[in-house]
Amino acid sequence: MNIAELQMKLLAAARADAPDDRVPCAFEKRVMALLASRPGVNQSALWVSGLWRAAVSCAAIVLLLGIWVSFNSTTSLNPADLAWNFENTLLASVDQNEPVP
Amino acid sequence: MERTEAELIAAVLRGDAASFEPLIRKYSPRVFAVARRYARRESEVEDISQEVWLKAFERLSGYRGEAPFEHWLMRVTVRTCYDFLRAHQRNRELSFSDLNAAETDWLERFSARPETAPENAEAAKLLVRRLLEKLSPPARLVITLLEIEDHPVKEVARLTGWSVPLVKVRAFRARAEMRKILTKMAKDKYL
Repeated sequence: MNIAELQMKLLAAARADAPDDRVPCAFEKRVMALLASRPGVNQSALWVSGLWRAAVSCAAIVLLLGIWVSFNSTTSLNPADLAWNFENTLLASVDQNEPVP
Repeated sequence: MERTEAELIAAVLRGDAASFEPLIRKYSPRVFAVARRYARRESEVEDISQEVWLKAFERLSGYRGEAPFEHWLMRVTVRTCYDFLRAHQRNRELSFSDLNAAETDWLERFSARPETAPENAEAAKLLVRRLLEKLSPPARLVITLLEIEDHPVKEVARLTGWSVPLVKVRAFRARAEMRKILTKMAKDKYL
């Protein structure tokens, strides 16, 4: 049996077998009824869900930043540096060159 | 005065769902014809067609109006049919013993003298329908669109959402798959 020829002949048979385009009675009414029965999209629910997701993302970022800052602060914590920075901050407004009254 | 398609679509998008009904009435014959290529029973045809219209309604805001509405709708239809095929995959073996008397007789005549087995014979149509049911979903889709409905490759790519190279690869594999099924069926008969 020549399979290639059989395949061609069967495909030709499929081409000749055009499908029916008949539509059942009142089909469009049934579809419209289905559409009417479906719940509509709740816009405020969409907003609430979006905002919740944004809030969770922000909280996660704040937490990560807090951990990072805290980690950086502890590693660079040197008592001598702290004292020097503290003194400079306090005396920042005082001009050392001005005579004391 | 009858409204144009663009007016109907604009009305639906503004919230007037009733304007969708004339579109369903106009294009359902086309949708049903396509669905009948892939469904096994008439009840499935209506299910598929219904699903097409529900999806079309949900996604109508995605219709840009650059191409005719029918082209956009056919894309939704083909993809819905493909989803249906994937959801209803069955055993793909086709044995000679599965065939009825008319199909067996047609094959015997083809085997003896191919010219005595006409392609417009009812048995040939039944046989090819049985064969298509045994193909994998992508194979069946591409064979139907490319070989049976005679769409160009670019059109098949547009309808399916596949790239042109992917359509060509799938077409090649689909023809091989068909030949493999036919070869096995022929071997079943003669062993």
